[in-house]
Amino acid sequence: MDYPEELIKKLVQIARDLRISAIEMIYRRGQGHPGGALSSAEIISTLFFHYLKIDPKNPDWEERDRFILSKGHACAVLYPALAKLGFFPEEDLLKWGNIGHHLQAHPDRLKTPGIDMNTGFLGHGICVGAGLCLAGRLKGKDYRTYVLVGDGECQAGIIWEGAMISAKYKLSSLCVIVDYNDVQLDGFVHDIMPIEPFVDKWKAFNWAVLEIDGHNIREILNALDKAKEIHDKPTVIIAHTVKGKGVSFMENRSAWHGKAPDEKEYLQAMEELKRDE
Amino acid sequence: MNEKISARKVFGETLAEYGAINKDVVVLVADVSTSVQTDYFAGKFPERFFNVGIAEAGMVDIAVGLALGGMIPFANTFAGLFLRAIEQIRTCVSHAKTNVKLIGGYAGLSDFKDGATHHSIMDIATLRSMPGISIVIPADPTEIKKMIPLVAEYPGPVYMRISRAEMPVIFDDTHKIEIGKGITVCEGDDVSIIATGSMVARSIQARDILLKEGIRVKIINMHTIKPLDVHIIKEAAQTGAIVTVEEHSITGGLGSAVAEVLGETFPTVIKRIGINDTFAETGPSYEELLDHYGMAVEDIVRACKEVLERKERIIK
Repeated sequence: MDYPEELIKKLVQIARDLRISAIEMIYRRGQGHPGGALSSAEIISTLFFHYLKIDPKNPDWEERDRFILSKGHACAVLYPALAKLGFFPEEDLLKWGNIGHHLQAHPDRLKTPGIDMNTGFLGHGICVGAGLCLAGRLKGKDYRTYVLVGDGECQAGIIWEGAMISAKYKLSSLCVIVDYNDVQLDGFVHDIMPIEPFVDKWKAFNWAVLEIDGHNIREILNALDKAKEIHDKPTVIIAHTVKGKGVSFMENRSAWHGKAPDEKEYLQAMEELKRDE
Repeated sequence: MNEKISARKVFGETLAEYGAINKDVVVLVADVSTSVQTDYFAGKFPERFFNVGIAEAGMVDIAVGLALGGMIPFANTFAGLFLRAIEQIRTCVSHAKTNVKLIGGYAGLSDFKDGATHHSIMDIATLRSMPGISIVIPADPTEIKKMIPLVAEYPGPVYMRISRAEMPVIFDDTHKIEIGKGITVCEGDDVSIIATGSMVARSIQARDILLKEGIRVKIINMHTIKPLDVHIIKEAAQTGAIVTVEEHSITGGLGSAVAEVLGETFPTVIKRIGINDTFAETGPSYEELLDHYGMAVEDIVRACKEVLERKERIIK
């Protein structure tokens, strides 16, 4: 589809706002995972502010598209999206991690409106998503299930159990997006445990494979459209991204997988993020 | 109590019958459908049957997704193989409170011929520590039949343990069962036996022997380990002497659960019968293996006499 420039601009702007919120939240809490939150901002912005069939006033709507943040540690970019959409008040964001507050360190479906599944330990999203697709098929629903996984996460064996099972049952309503930033907790993915040849792996598992720049809104939109047109297999969108995208000293640095900035770093990060148009 | 019926056959047939009534039930299995006999269900409802291959962890997570989508998934594998999916069960079933029914077949030592890898003697201990997961262990084929609709309609995750063995029929069709409520099988005021699963039948045999010696035994069929029927345990403690009997490690299972209740509320003389912190070996028959690892009828008789003697020493 040919998407209007205003929509692209809007989604770019929202991605920038989500990054700012994520850093703000992580700084205020003194905890969190900035790297993988920043790399996912355009993917979250595109899904939540244009693509997903969801209703913030009715988070449990049966017909809604499902979204699983399988890389649950990136929730600092998801929570602001849900707040902005009205699933809960924006002031909740700064209470993240407080005892008794609904926003947990990792997503919790029982506490936070708009969260479809608890995640945190990596690897669950594809299988849970496959189950949702099977349920949708049995119940005659036409919702789609979107799962965002990390590239390091794809080192987990259960990802490939899910890949096999989803292909066996031809779950075309399943769309997996891999945030391929090549950085994990301990270093570069290509050093810790290489996942290449990544496209070939998914093809060998009988998936439709699309490869995009995960920071390019237009490419994300077009890939999501293409995935909808595939009716005999699940789709994986391999989205090449930059870990820590938008904050120069966080980019491509595993040290920023799971730590909060100090005041000086926070101020610099904010300046850089707000400077971007 | 003479007739013996295959526990897994009753399970498989009943699940298939129930599947005709409750269209939300779906069945998953990890390549053991002919073993745990979910093949009956597969034959009748192929569209609601998913064989995921040798992928137990994946099976649990797919069941979770099906539950989130409003289905009632029964996920089946050998009880021991659920240990492979413990993190999935913890995160996606227990913590996320999803309505998944985990069915552990070949429980305890019932797969006697396949040895320690195939025995399951720590499943209760592991799952008992997971918030919100109920644990049920039918004592005979009648309870298996009656339990399946209860498990399906129970609001929340349940782990059900099913033996591979032929189980003696203890109860007739008038038997009433409710998840979370233990059943007094017979009254007696000298000693109480609290037994679960296959050990209820052996406890009844022990009771008959003890009765001939003038020892009157109360038997509780604790078919639900969680939520635990604390009330019936305290009632049983009125005899002043308790023996717990389970086809499971005495570490963390029924015996531990009962001891925890008694220790905190009603300290009572207790002896736990079960597998004593070891792996069992391969055996020529199920019965011989149970006997060898301390779950013989004679072991239950001896334990009852032991607690009785300890009780009397305290009274004196």
